[in-house]
Amino acid sequence: MKINNHLLTTFGAFLMLVSCGQQNQSSNGALSSSAAEKVYVAPGEQDEFYAFLSGGYSGNLTVYGLPSGRMFKEIPVFSQFPTSGYGYSEETKPMLNTSHGFVPWDDAHHPDISQTNGELDGRWIFINGNNTPRIARINLSTFETEEIIEVPNSAGNHSSSFITENTEYVVAGTRFSVPIPQRDMPINEYKSNFKGSLSFISVDPEHGHMDLKFQLLMPGFNYDLSHPGRGKSHGWFFFTTYNTEEAYTLQEVNASQNDKDFIAAVNWKKIEEYVNNGGGTKMPANYAHNVYDEGTHTATTTMNKEVLTVDPLKVPGAVYFLPTPKSPHGCDVDPTGQYIIGNGKLSADLTVHSFDKMIAAIEGEKFDGEAYGIPILKFEDVLAGQVKSGGLGPLHTEFDGNGNAYTTFFISSEVVKWKLGTWEVIDRKPTYYSVGHLMIPGGNSRKPFGKYVVAMNKITKDRYLPTGPEMEHSAQIYDISGDKMELIYDFPTHGEPHYAAGIPADILAPKSQKIYRLDENEHPYAVKTPTDAKVVRDGNEVHIYMSTIRSHFTPDNIEGIKVGDKVFFHITNHEQDFDVPHGFAIIGQNTSELLIMPGQTKTSVWEPKQVGVWPFYCTDFCSALHQEMQGYVRVSPANSNIELKWSLGE
Amino acid sequence: MKKASLLMIIGPLFLLGLYVFPLWNIMLGAPQYPDPLGLHIHISGLQGANEFDIQNIDGLNHYIGMQTLPKPEDMWEFGTFPLIIGIMVAIGVSIGILGYFDKVSYKWFIGWFALMSIMGVLGMYDFNEWLVDYGTNLDPNAIMKLTNLDGTPMTYKPPLLGHVKMLNFDVTSLPSIGAWLMFLGMMLTLTAGILGWKNAIKQ
Repeated sequence: MKINNHLLTTFGAFLMLVSCGQQNQSSNGALSSSAAEKVYVAPGEQDEFYAFLSGGYSGNLTVYGLPSGRMFKEIPVFSQFPTSGYGYSEETKPMLNTSHGFVPWDDAHHPDISQTNGELDGRWIFINGNNTPRIARINLSTFETEEIIEVPNSAGNHSSSFITENTEYVVAGTRFSVPIPQRDMPINEYKSNFKGSLSFISVDPEHGHMDLKFQLLMPGFNYDLSHPGRGKSHGWFFFTTYNTEEAYTLQEVNASQNDKDFIAAVNWKKIEEYVNNGGGTKMPANYAHNVYDEGTHTATTTMNKEVLTVDPLKVPGAVYFLPTPKSPHGCDVDPTGQYIIGNGKLSADLTVHSFDKMIAAIEGEKFDGEAYGIPILKFEDVLAGQVKSGGLGPLHTEFDGNGNAYTTFFISSEVVKWKLGTWEVIDRKPTYYSVGHLMIPGGNSRKPFGKYVVAMNKITKDRYLPTGPEMEHSAQIYDISGDKMELIYDFPTHGEPHYAAGIPADILAPKSQKIYRLDENEHPYAVKTPTDAKVVRDGNEVHIYMSTIRSHFTPDNIEGIKVGDKVFFHITNHEQDFDVPHGFAIIGQNTSELLIMPGQTKTSVWEPKQVGVWPFYCTDFCSALHQEMQGYVRVSPANSNIELKWSLGE
Repeated sequence: MKKASLLMIIGPLFLLGLYVFPLWNIMLGAPQYPDPLGLHIHISGLQGANEFDIQNIDGLNHYIGMQTLPKPEDMWEFGTFPLIIGIMVAIGVSIGILGYFDKVSYKWFIGWFALMSIMGVLGMYDFNEWLVDYGTNLDPNAIMKLTNLDGTPMTYKPPLLGHVKMLNFDVTSLPSIGAWLMFLGMMLTLTAGILGWKNAIKQ
């Protein structure tokens, strides 16, 4: 203990020196020793929260700790990931199949953790692929992507992937409206011909499997962001819209003309009932559903050929428009479910709608016209209040569970704290620079954990040592446990984080899986004991059933392979010890290496093009004899008659 | 004598704990094993403290040429010890019952305790012999052949009792619940013997 105290004192003194030094150089070096103590997670200690930051154009999801800002892992989701072989191995290639073929990349935006009764339950995290519309589900005990479903009739899958409060649905709205079904037509006939689809994807409560239950075909606006109702407003879903002008060119100007766009309020319970009673129209479609089976460690793709569409006019009382000023971006619902916040991105003010007032207006049938037959409520009738913030460009709002809301302002580059109900501004702090989303763990659920807020910025500039024109995006952590926010840390992120989701570590850490059980491995090419290792030829395809354990491959000498063969290395890691992966790489591999976790089987295809004796080796420094973990494959000319032969230690 | 006999009946029953709980426990911690690997030594065989510990200990030990840990069928002890314990419990309880009905004297109590103690010591001796063999009878083709400072080949006998630093591992060997229950039971029979003896003096 004494030693530790001494170390802490020394370290504290060091940090103070550092911060003094920085203050001389820069006036915004806000790092004080108390801030340092707040984010300092001592060696051997662990963070209080997990934070899952979307990777934007990296296509993946990164896992960080709060308050330390340390990155723990990058989870491959929509992008090929040579580190582990995701999207390269035979088992995981199907994960990236779509109706457009194999799409090895996407733009990953809005992660959302599964909930029960409106509270985070930490079973799965969902994230949307924006570019080729897809929704992924990641298992939060293995931290692996288990399922990806493509969303048909969608384009720019942006108002996604938000879940209802018992994870009944993960919801995916389209940003671009498109012809539905897609067809060859002039672009300038957009108006009233294009449509926007809002997809309700049901989630199996036991296994999490997703199924596109129905698609609501809405007018051809842009559906920007969404959030579910909760508590009293459970059963409703709210979507911001822009481009109610239905412009199809120079939207920068042409989609910014209306003073007010809408928040679409969708009573999904009503539509679910309609659909369960046989309502809706089945429409031909073509979309991929990719499911990874943990038993076989293998993904399969199913192409679905039909989707159930719903015309909102056929379900009276299901959809209303709430006028909301200035092309609202974020659409956030407070923990009680009473307030729906429209962040009018071209304005200085926030618009807050009241759920109770909305219901009263609907019951009183006080409409202010309609759009494509959908009733528009009167702005004044549903307005709960406006936050006169003095900031510019509000984008997103999160909540601390103590009656406060926190909104990011992109243009004025700040986070503003304000009070729900009185709409008064309590505090504001600058961000560095041009903040997009912000995240409080559980901050968009019934039960936020209001201790930290993370602001994710779009512009980095001078925050870190320069690394040429391209830099990672910056993020800041603020302590929000007091009245005033306190900037306590600044760290670079990976890719471009859009939204993020956080959860207390004590919910996830205890159930994080350490190994895959070899005795539960059902991979058809798995070898359960080294004596089962073998090499089998089938025409010009050769299947190598290989096992690994510290520190050798079985077999490690293989002869009888010929130029022109397609060689499948099926590798099973026989370790059953935490954190002992083995890697596999062979010269001239046109895919990527494999990183195989204990008990797992993965397959790499190798097509040798040259005669010779070619080495393979373990890429993960697995043990003291890691360098010796290697082997040879003899490749003979295509017309040779060398017998297949394999061995270890002969 | 009634009280002493009751203790003599109860005491040996504590040995039944050996059928459920481990006799001895060896834990192996290392920098890269913050959750130590562990061996529970039962009278009927070895068990890992965690499910895959035996496999993982064997995996590590192959580098230094140690034998794999024995399965129950590999050592006669794992067949015999449960029998011996069973017989000793039966004899002990029988002596207690006979004592209760004044058929035998306290000397039988002390006699049982002495016999059990001798067998315990023999058991420990046998266990130590195995540890010596396990730690010193190494594969001549071992991957790592380490030597002590004086040039003699390094051996890896785990301690019978206590802690030893062995390469990167901290090895701690301690009696486990089964042994403590056995110890308690034997103390009860010793107390029974002493009570019986005091009783005999008084009369």
